[in-house]
Amino acid sequence: MSRGLRQRFEAWVTRGQRPARQPVRLDRRRIYILPTRQGYAFALLLLLLFLWSINYSNSMGFAFTFLLSAVALNSMWRAHNNLLDLVIQPGGIEPVFAGQDAQFSYRLDNPDAEPRHGVALQWRDRSPHYTDVSARGSATVVLAVPAKRRGRLRPGRLRVLTRFPLGLLQAWSWVEFEQDCLVYPQPRGGRSLPAAMAGGTGSGLGEQGVGSEDYAGFRPYAPGDSPRRIAWRAAARTDRLLVKRFTDQARPELWLDWRLLGAEPVEPRLEQLCQWVLKAEGEGCEYGLRLPGREIPPASGEIQRRRCLEALALFAGGDG
Amino acid sequence: MPWNWKKNRLGRAKTAESPEEPLTRPALAWLLAALVLAAAPHASELPVWLSVLFAAMAGWRGFIALRGKSLPPRWLLLLLALLAGAGVLIDYRTLFGRDVGVALLVAMVACKLLETRVLRDGVVLVFLGYLLVMSNLLYSQEIPMVAYLFAVVLVMLAAQALIHRPHAGLRGVAPLRLAGMMVLQAIPVMLILFILFPRIPGPLWGLPKDAYKGRTGLSDEMMPGTVSELVRSDAVAFRARFGGVMPPPNQRYWRGPVLWRFDGRRWTRHEELPANIPTTFVPEGVAMDYSVILEPSNRRWLFALDLPARLPPRVGMTASFQLLRDQPINEVYRYEMQSYPNYRTGELTVAERFRGLQLPVRGNPRARALAAQWRERMSHPEDRVGAALALFREQAFYYTLTPPLLGADNVDDFLFRTRQGFCEHYASAFVFLMRAAGVPARVVTGYQGGEANDLGGYFIVRQSDAHAWAEVWLAERGGWARVDPTAAVAPGRVRDGLYAAVLNPELLPFLARRGGGGEYEWLRQLALSWDSLNNSWNEWVLAYGPDRQKEFLSGLGFGPVDWAEMTVAMTVTLGGFGLLVIGWRWRQRGTHDPVARAWQRFCARLARRGLARGPHEGPLDFTERVATSRPELASSVREIGQLYAHLRYGPIGASSDLRLLRHLVRRFRV
Repeated sequence: MSRGLRQRFEAWVTRGQRPARQPVRLDRRRIYILPTRQGYAFALLLLLLFLWSINYSNSMGFAFTFLLSAVALNSMWRAHNNLLDLVIQPGGIEPVFAGQDAQFSYRLDNPDAEPRHGVALQWRDRSPHYTDVSARGSATVVLAVPAKRRGRLRPGRLRVLTRFPLGLLQAWSWVEFEQDCLVYPQPRGGRSLPAAMAGGTGSGLGEQGVGSEDYAGFRPYAPGDSPRRIAWRAAARTDRLLVKRFTDQARPELWLDWRLLGAEPVEPRLEQLCQWVLKAEGEGCEYGLRLPGREIPPASGEIQRRRCLEALALFAGGDG
Repeated sequence: MPWNWKKNRLGRAKTAESPEEPLTRPALAWLLAALVLAAAPHASELPVWLSVLFAAMAGWRGFIALRGKSLPPRWLLLLLALLAGAGVLIDYRTLFGRDVGVALLVAMVACKLLETRVLRDGVVLVFLGYLLVMSNLLYSQEIPMVAYLFAVVLVMLAAQALIHRPHAGLRGVAPLRLAGMMVLQAIPVMLILFILFPRIPGPLWGLPKDAYKGRTGLSDEMMPGTVSELVRSDAVAFRARFGGVMPPPNQRYWRGPVLWRFDGRRWTRHEELPANIPTTFVPEGVAMDYSVILEPSNRRWLFALDLPARLPPRVGMTASFQLLRDQPINEVYRYEMQSYPNYRTGELTVAERFRGLQLPVRGNPRARALAAQWRERMSHPEDRVGAALALFREQAFYYTLTPPLLGADNVDDFLFRTRQGFCEHYASAFVFLMRAAGVPARVVTGYQGGEANDLGGYFIVRQSDAHAWAEVWLAERGGWARVDPTAAVAPGRVRDGLYAAVLNPELLPFLARRGGGGEYEWLRQLALSWDSLNNSWNEWVLAYGPDRQKEFLSGLGFGPVDWAEMTVAMTVTLGGFGLLVIGWRWRQRGTHDPVARAWQRFCARLARRGLARGPHEGPLDFTERVATSRPELASSVREIGQLYAHLRYGPIGASSDLRLLRHLVRRFRV
């Protein structure tokens, strides 16, 4: 079958399938089975044995030919059974940078008392990942899907397949899950980190220059403030939650600003910002991110990094 | 799990399994074992060097796999392949034929073994292995061989599963167990196919000359020595099973080729066209019904007691009552037959009289003179027959397996000088004398006697029962009459068999020593038990060919069937079997879950009292409704409902909960 025809067939067969949120149990109706090339070769072998038996009027030759045919038939049933009732559920996915491979992991659960051998998950035309699933056990398969562009990556339809036991037939099924992998822009760009500035750079939003070293009075509590910074004693006096303010003179604010990258097109800008985020995080700075319509106040640590990268990954529009 | 995304990103495999996947070590081990086992029975007919070569190559490949060495270079392989091919060509002097085909197959497998590295090679080897299994069946289809090959197929299937790297999780004997289960489950389908798949009578095209080499049997010509050579074999010619009475020994003449033409040394057949209706004769007395299970002979003729009156399918009968099939018998062939031991064949045609009196123009003057004397003195042909038999009976003639060589006038030489001969000598001399005396006569070859196997209730007729006798045409007897000149010399031959009658019985093979096994008689009896098993195998399995298939299906009450009807029968049976399996699996599935089973039982019990659970009702709703309408059941019904709901929908329950549920359901009475 030509590639295009195959894809159309695939689309037609799975036209009723919607991406699943829950684990998928493979039922009869969605398991397909066809001979492999080896299977067709085996059919030729059977024909040869059959003609041979006729020509020599060999009774046991017939019996042997029919036995092999029956075994081939049995292997069809077994290939089908090897997938039937298998439960597949998607696992957690770690975000990746564009250019890397997203690692989608899946758990295969075998509800039967018999082990299943040689079950594979395959993404498009990549080589499939085989695994055995022990009796009433489970196995994990991780599929690598190349993340070419930033954003949310959906792996789309996956093929669950097996050639067990003799490799003469391939049974397969298509599954698709409601899942995606966050793809950050590729960290790339020649610019060094912008200079950090003391105090604000003019934007009225947020808490610029908030550090953790020098105490600078109180301000009212706002949702999202760390409970550790709440001035409990002062709060008891005033009936209002107050938060301690600190300014950090030693480490000025570092703003990774969209506008710093003037005339470049969108993607290279995002890539440069991404690289800055990683660099700033690596140097242990506190950094904030400023995008058109979005501003993340300076902080540091894993959460900050994720917030920034996610904002970059999902950034939409913004010409300017 | 060990997993390397870099490697996978590079390997841009388009199919689900790359044919370049290297074979695992266990896969190679199973494959080697299967191939060695499949080739082993050929060791007896292959040249020694080839057997050694195969063993060496297999050993070498095993060593390479074990030590992790690299495979030999290609040029070496090519050289080995060329040498092996040349060796086969020199040894067999041909490239066409059964034996040379097997030799080439073995050589090919041996060479292929040494370049086997990846899945594709493994597949090729497995396929060649199946051809090897099949080739063994051309040499023997007996029970031990079939049992052995069955085991080989199991190992081959195990190897076929294991050559696929993703199936490497099958460890230890698991591949063999899988193969065993597959074969076990395949047997019903195999039987359906074996019984119902429409058989086509072969061969479809020409067979190699040596296709059936080594088959012994009666030939269609007779010279001094032909029969006495044949009787040295105790191979089975055919077996016969009688429906009613068995014929007495003097009627156990199994008719084979009838020889008319004599050139002074050789007796040959006259080419007669077989007709597709039985040749007519006047039967006297009752008929005997029996079936014959003929071993492959690579000849066209069938054997029947004098005189056959029925034709099996695809068989014709000549005017001299020979049965000829359209194709040589190269499979175990079973046929039903009917014979009349007493008969009158009627008038002789002019052509028959001419052929029945034919003699070479010259030679054997003394025999001719003796016959002319009889002719002059005796007006009744019957008396001339008597005179010849009296000659054998009264003069010092001997019945021996090792007659002396005869000169050019071999009838004279035998009658007047050596006087030692086997049945072909007596038959030949007798017919010569009769023709010279003006009595139409012919030689009949076939088998005489046979051993009753009481265990199986049938007769075994061996090559050692081969015989030649004569028929003379006598007006007084109403046609052709059988005369056995050997019986005049050695009456025991007909009564007790060859072993008792011949001068030098020690030349006979063990199984042919009927009644004379001596202290090893028990061993012969054991062999007879084994033979009875073989006979059943032959009769029910090997003889199941195109004709027997039709006969069998017609016997089931379908009337005459053709191949189209058979195909329908096969499809229907296979479909029915498939439905049976599906139905069985369905039931298994429904009752797989013990919780569901208990609950279904409980619901069924209530339903019988008119309290059926609605499809919309959950377990708790349902039990609540039952509890309201039947207050006396309330407590037990509620308990069951709650327990079931807990087991079904709650966190994984303890096995004690399940036990309790089953207990409650069992105790529950409406």
